[in-house]
Amino acid sequence: MSKIPLQFRHNGRDVAIFVDGGTNLLVALRELIGDMTPKFGCGQGGCGTCSVLIDGELHLSCLTLAETVAGRSVETLDGMKQGPNLHPLQRAFADNFAAQCGYCTPGMLMAAKALLDRNPSPSRADVIEAISGNICRCTGYEPIINAILAAAGGRASA
Amino acid sequence: MTVTVKTFANASEAAGALSSDRSALYLGGGTLVMRALNEGDVSISTIVRAQDQALTRVDASGPRVTLGAGVTFARVLAERDLAFLHAPARSIGGPAVRNMGTVGGNLFAPNPYGDFTVALLALDATVAVQGGLSARDIPIEEFLQSRERQAGALVLSVSCTRPAGTEAFRYRKIARIKPKGGAVITLAAHLPISGGRIAGARIALGSMAPTQIRARAAERALEGRSLDAATIAAAASAAVEGTSPSDNALGSAWYRREIVGVHLRRLLSGQE
Repeated sequence: MSKIPLQFRHNGRDVAIFVDGGTNLLVALRELIGDMTPKFGCGQGGCGTCSVLIDGELHLSCLTLAETVAGRSVETLDGMKQGPNLHPLQRAFADNFAAQCGYCTPGMLMAAKALLDRNPSPSRADVIEAISGNICRCTGYEPIINAILAAAGGRASA
Repeated sequence: MTVTVKTFANASEAAGALSSDRSALYLGGGTLVMRALNEGDVSISTIVRAQDQALTRVDASGPRVTLGAGVTFARVLAERDLAFLHAPARSIGGPAVRNMGTVGGNLFAPNPYGDFTVALLALDATVAVQGGLSARDIPIEEFLQSRERQAGALVLSVSCTRPAGTEAFRYRKIARIKPKGGAVITLAAHLPISGGRIAGARIALGSMAPTQIRARAAERALEGRSLDAATIAAAASAAVEGTSPSDNALGSAWYRREIVGVHLRRLLSGQE
């Protein structure tokens, strides 16, 4: 079976890879590009830790056929930091103890970024809705919600 | 595992590819087919896609609403003219799933999913299907009954008539996890009122049978009556008739039979 050539923008850089038919975007990112920030959790769309932004929209990379992102822009957690500085969301997660084991954190941060990019002043209910597709099993949701609200404008802290 | 992916510019070519290879699966938003691939479903050898703009078209300006099969739930939520479908669209997944999952794919989503289809069944939607040679419109109830035999055809769109008002169409999803989770049961009711009486009631249930079904006995209890307490009680006690729910991790068949009438009563009474 021949490989399929695939080009897209990955965190602002053009990348070109060859994928097998049926390869999902998560595998393409992790195994072919070496971006290990999106995680494999359930493979079913239930946990959200593989979340990435495709053309600014939150998607689950494990349920995305890799070749469907041809010519599109894919953002992962790896592209979130701004040079040597953490993104305000990453800073807020650290300050608010919003990551314990850290496995859900890449997906939480991408879901939070998708929210703040279109709604810079979310309510608490907006934040809960925005991360409703992301499961955390150890930190607990309160510190994560507080971190996102803090990043949005310092309206809440741990 | 490697699969062959066939991408077509238009829907009729994709339908032709599906009809010539009955084992091929159509890839919409990916939430069903990619999930099956991730679970190692070796029966999937060919995936068919179409990049046809017609599949993502929304026509919601008039009394008859048509949604392309590739319209996502996020898109439904973004359309003010589709307010009557916002509750079912919002009840599905988190934001990422709503950005991916489609109206057409939901027709094939097994229990405990397929909530949007419950709404469409109550609204007596029509499913436009493209076979290898011809396109046809199928009433959604007939489509669901023959869902397993729809291989080889491509769903193009669904259409339904806009309900007369917010009271005329009601929706309720019972889930253990809020705001997101698979359904214990899902209910939708279309209650057109004519001269103070219900005329043409349709009640649809999800997770109460292998596919979404109508609660015909409950519909009969409502038909021709005003929506008063006695009518609601009669409909609620008839809700379980004709259902055949299964056990799953979210609830047992017994539990589903016990609660379906309770939730139908709450839905019809306008209770939260």
